[in-house]
Amino acid sequence: MTGLFRRVAETGRPEIAITVDGHAVTALEGDTILTALLVAGDRLRFNEFDKMPRAGFCLMGACQDCRVWTEDGHELRACSTSVTPGLRIVTKEVPWTRP
Amino acid sequence: MDAPVIVIIGAGPAGTRAAQTVACAGLRPIVLDENQRQGGQIYRRQPENFTRPATKLYGASAASATALHNDFEALRPSIDYRPETQAWGVSDDLLLTECRGHADALRFDGLIIASGATDRIMPCPGWTLPGVFSLGGSQIALKAQACTIGQAPVFMGTGPLLYLVAWQYLQAGVKPRAVLDTSSLTTRLRGLGGLRRRPAVLVQGLRYMADLARAGVRLRSGIRPVRIEARQDGETPCAGAVVWQDGRGRTHRTDCDAVGMGYGLRSETQLADLLKCDFAFDALSRQWLPVTDRDGATSRAGVYLAGDGAGIRGADAAESAGALAALRCLQDMGRPVLESEMTRLRAALEPMNAFRHGLETGFPWPWRHAAALPDETVVCRCENVTAGDIRRAAGPLDSPEINRAKAFVRVGMGRCQGRMCGLAGAEILAAARGIAIEEAGRIRGAAPIKPLPAKIRGVVT
Repeated sequence: MTGLFRRVAETGRPEIAITVDGHAVTALEGDTILTALLVAGDRLRFNEFDKMPRAGFCLMGACQDCRVWTEDGHELRACSTSVTPGLRIVTKEVPWTRP
Repeated sequence: MDAPVIVIIGAGPAGTRAAQTVACAGLRPIVLDENQRQGGQIYRRQPENFTRPATKLYGASAASATALHNDFEALRPSIDYRPETQAWGVSDDLLLTECRGHADALRFDGLIIASGATDRIMPCPGWTLPGVFSLGGSQIALKAQACTIGQAPVFMGTGPLLYLVAWQYLQAGVKPRAVLDTSSLTTRLRGLGGLRRRPAVLVQGLRYMADLARAGVRLRSGIRPVRIEARQDGETPCAGAVVWQDGRGRTHRTDCDAVGMGYGLRSETQLADLLKCDFAFDALSRQWLPVTDRDGATSRAGVYLAGDGAGIRGADAAESAGALAALRCLQDMGRPVLESEMTRLRAALEPMNAFRHGLETGFPWPWRHAAALPDETVVCRCENVTAGDIRRAAGPLDSPEINRAKAFVRVGMGRCQGRMCGLAGAEILAAARGIAIEEAGRIRGAAPIKPLPAKIRGVVT
């Protein structure tokens, strides 16, 4: 899987290890979750209606099409949330009705 | 008597200058900003551990950006600055806010809204594919994250941002495959009268175009987007090509690995809507905008608008308008202000108004494209509502305006509240019913104006 985004500068930042859908992903300090996921991969979520992959759109907190979840069920806007060490993200919503 | 409370929403160019003006008058304004760092969108700051100089980030506007950032830092002790704070609703005379799961209700005597703008979007088939981003988003990736949206992007839409972003990508070492502008050269010439009122900005724009052409970037004008096609290397279909028609109707296909699209900007007006400010249809931009006088005063006493949230005039105008709205707010509270300063700011805004006219004339919103979108085109990307669904709402379901269509087919009912699809949706409805666009109305703002966490703490009095 190739990432959508390309880093063109600021590559000397310290690495931060996060987990996405159970897989280890290396981000850099200062990355948003959106950046970390799209450098490493090509999607962020699936649309609830046609189930097709989405990778965000506006990057400025308006379109809300970059929402991902933490493993314990918190919803995050990937474009405006920075990565933190040990962050564990899932790109498919865990059904909230599950016991 | 307690000092009056002035709340400023937004810490971009308008909000910052408003805050500075209020602080200079000896009051301590509350400044709410939803971003982590001050600067707004155009002067958005990179994270603190990034090292690129301002000239790399803001190009010709580096001096303005740096001044705005430095002036804000100097202002910090004199203001109550609340970053990462969303103003999401209004209850009687209280402003409802949320910050990291904590709710608050703010009483205010004066409210200056500098909520800015987002890209104005014309959907096309394939625009929801991964790899397609807004133009503003394409710029934010580079400016705030030192990333490009791909290695071989196509930039499509219209307006000066199209060329600025393409130029910035070129400078970053990523050569765009093409810049596709829906405005024809003839149309752009019509805007020249207004654009000439700010010669330095006009020359800068022409320079970007010349640099792009010299680098061999394909610049095409008067195009019509047909669709964005997918490529599939892995399990995810991603943007792989743009199919477009030139001015003579010939079809072309440009391979790419990303698309940045935008057609000028649209104002963020939801809070003015919730505050029940009067709106009027602006024929120039084909948008409903809050009514303000020349100083930014709305129809509601104590509520003022400044910057792109009150109509698109750009960052320089936003700085003047922010200061002017703040002076007017202070004046209306009976505090002494320098009338000469207000006169100076009003004069500074004059060429900006002419320039705005030039921009909207020279790089118009291609509203006719909306009526021609195939039925299966997704228009509302939140709820996956298609152009065909909106036409069904307009025809068989007999929706006279966009809010009825929203109730029937959910266009604009999703998380973004119509920020991305609202303008195009109204155009499709108007065309399907054969009515004027102003009769199709605007999607009404509703609280919360952005999604809130289900678990939020705090006291709303």
